Amino acid sequence: MIVEIGHFALILACLLSLIQSTFPLYGSLKGKGRLMAIAAPAAYGQFLFVTISFAALMYAFVVSDFSVANVARNSHTLKPMLYKISATWGNHEGSILFWTFILSLYGALVAFFGRKLPRTFYVKVLAIQALVGLGFYLFLLLTSNPFERIYPFPMEGNGLNPLLQDPGLAFHPPLLYMGYVGLSVTFSFAVGALIEGRVDAAWARWVRPWTLLAWCFLTAGITLGSWWAYYELGWGGWWFWDPVENASFMPWLVATGLLHSAIVVEKRDTLKAWTILLAIIAFSFSLLGTFIVRSGVLTSVHAFATDPERGVFILMFLFIVIGGSLLLFALRADKLQPGGLFAPISRESMLVINNLLLSVAALVVMFGTLYPLLRDALTGEKITVGPPFFNLAFGFLMIPLILVMGLGPSTSWKRADLMGLASRLKFVFAASLLMAIAVFYAAGGGEIMAGIWLAVGLWLLLSTLYEWAERVKLFKSGALARILRQPRASIGMSFGHLGLAIAVLGMAGTSYWGAEKQEIMSYGDKVSIGGYDVTFENTDGVIGPNYTAVRATFSASRDGGKPQILKPEARVYLTPPMPTTEAAILSRFTGDLFVVIGEANNRAYDQWAVRLYHKPLQVWLWGGVAVMVLGGLISLSDRRFRMGALKGAKK
Amino acid sequence: MRNLLSLIFLVMLSVSAAAVGVDEKRLDDPTQEARAQEIMKQIRCLVCQNQSIVDSDAALARDLRIIVRERIIAGDNDEQILGYMTSRYGDWVLLKPPFDGATIVLWLSPLLLLMVGFYVIYRNQKLRKSNVSSEPLTSEEKQRLEQLLNNEGRK
Repeated sequence: MIVEIGHFALILACLLSLIQSTFPLYGSLKGKGRLMAIAAPAAYGQFLFVTISFAALMYAFVVSDFSVANVARNSHTLKPMLYKISATWGNHEGSILFWTFILSLYGALVAFFGRKLPRTFYVKVLAIQALVGLGFYLFLLLTSNPFERIYPFPMEGNGLNPLLQDPGLAFHPPLLYMGYVGLSVTFSFAVGALIEGRVDAAWARWVRPWTLLAWCFLTAGITLGSWWAYYELGWGGWWFWDPVENASFMPWLVATGLLHSAIVVEKRDTLKAWTILLAIIAFSFSLLGTFIVRSGVLTSVHAFATDPERGVFILMFLFIVIGGSLLLFALRADKLQPGGLFAPISRESMLVINNLLLSVAALVVMFGTLYPLLRDALTGEKITVGPPFFNLAFGFLMIPLILVMGLGPSTSWKRADLMGLASRLKFVFAASLLMAIAVFYAAGGGEIMAGIWLAVGLWLLLSTLYEWAERVKLFKSGALARILRQPRASIGMSFGHLGLAIAVLGMAGTSYWGAEKQEIMSYGDKVSIGGYDVTFENTDGVIGPNYTAVRATFSASRDGGKPQILKPEARVYLTPPMPTTEAAILSRFTGDLFVVIGEANNRAYDQWAVRLYHKPLQVWLWGGVAVMVLGGLISLSDRRFRMGALKGAKK
Repeated sequence: MRNLLSLIFLVMLSVSAAAVGVDEKRLDDPTQEARAQEIMKQIRCLVCQNQSIVDSDAALARDLRIIVRERIIAGDNDEQILGYMTSRYGDWVLLKPPFDGATIVLWLSPLLLLMVGFYVIYRNQKLRKSNVSSEPLTSEEKQRLEQLLNNEGRK
């Protein structure tokens, strides 16, 4: 019964979105207040009904109602409660319902916090938001109904892929979806502005907090996924340029560009058409990501379902949304008159270069991801575009980007003095170069690229700190008061850039100075790696709630210090039967020691295959991203963006 | 059909767990073994996603590892070993696509896109500058300007 209520609520939400996307839009074009008044209540109603629908599906998972086909396929009674709940969105139908749930949540948030927006614009934004929702409701109801019943129903479910049974992965999709779908708000604002034919500083100020919010979630979500891959897949990698990773990375790159170009619109009233275009592209990449994942054109770890019918639907939906918005853009873009001019050396130019590099990076990632598909379709030849390509191409674009990042905040708007800039930053540049050389030799040398990344990371770190010190006049009296009085947006910027610098240093450390050993070990054997002496002590049998495991004990000590205990596991899950490895990681500021236990020798049972990794500065990578997200949140709390401030903005 | 696909998917997943083979013979000479590892990192595990044969547990990856080691013992150089692999499995087996006539667009795409981008920015800037300087005021605008200036003067 509850399941049917969920299904019914979904149909109601679909009808509401149809109403919300048509009548208010017509009303706003014809100036009919009564029709416009429908928009906000419809948005709240949609949210209410999708919430009911989503809660009904979650209920079916919690009580293991196997008469629902989706639950029978993806759950199991023995599964811990957390994974029963997370299984709600850990499958195709459920994840799309979850997408739609978040879309309606954002719709309701815009309806609530945007009340003070100009009436006709507000209504248009909500109508566009509902139009996107309509596509997803139809997709759910027509091709991927999560509430489908089966008869006769099985007594036990199929279970959830053991790799997905992990706290990190329970929270990875919600965060990622909050990010993906958050970009829909930016999209609705952009399309709404195109229909209105007006983009100004106020528009940029409304759009930025939503973009920032989506960006924070996207950053956190991508990194959580990467962290999960690092400790769960068990070979010490954290980024694989897997098509699905790329699918989430492309919108991130564009959203990052958008954050920066919206600043130019707000402060200097220029780059308007470009910013609108970025907003459209950012959400298009979100949709493309969904298409890539769900249609199964590129088989990948994440493809829960592959079904041509769904693929065709998403493809048509993509065509309508992306094609339609780009057509509107082409028709209306010349109405967006550019404002202030700027010189080739200016803050604006730095931000234009930032946008160029980020957009090209997103396009290259897309091209590299789709190239094998294109080539296969055109010539029938199969080819692999693997990590070596992406690392090279991406580095080629990111190194100049980071160099410009160090300059940008110190450059003045409109027209900057190149010589002055050079003379202010030359010591910072020299210092980062010298430090990089010193660290490079202290680490015992290595590939030249390692040194370059080190220098680039240090440059960003020092130049960001220098710009902050200059801004608050750190060494003049009253510095403390100035530090505390900084607008939160600029504090956020400093944190964001600082975080990236820390993450870049972490990447350099773990990618270039890592060590890896594969050993056959017996009890009592010793291996040394990354300065640690690791001893294989013994193994134990363990019985978990839905798996059995061999748990090994290793002790690791450095420089004769107190030994640390590591307990990696090799698990075999019962449903579905599948082996997984649980790595043991000793995380320290200077690096991670990572131990994986493999299979036992068939002939001699006290011999085990063991993999050991040393990953220098790995925690810097995670910590750096955390600082970036913190920067985003600080910036989001800036008074300019606080929703109450919108009361003052009349347009 | 869907069940079959999910089964294939599960099998693929299970082989993507870390490769820690125990009964695999490593080469006696550590420099040769290091060379073998370097080569293996460039070869794709054919049944996995974007994974090299070093990282994969799949039986096929194991076979390929054995072949790489055999070739090294036989005295092949790195190119010969990779050539042997591509002659058997095509370019698909290489994680890093070769630089040739067909992939030149791919390899040069970052540079080409950057150049196009810079050109568009340059043209836009030039266009806007000429727009701003050469556009004369319409008579209506002139009239308004005069009016404003007069008002200003009277105050």
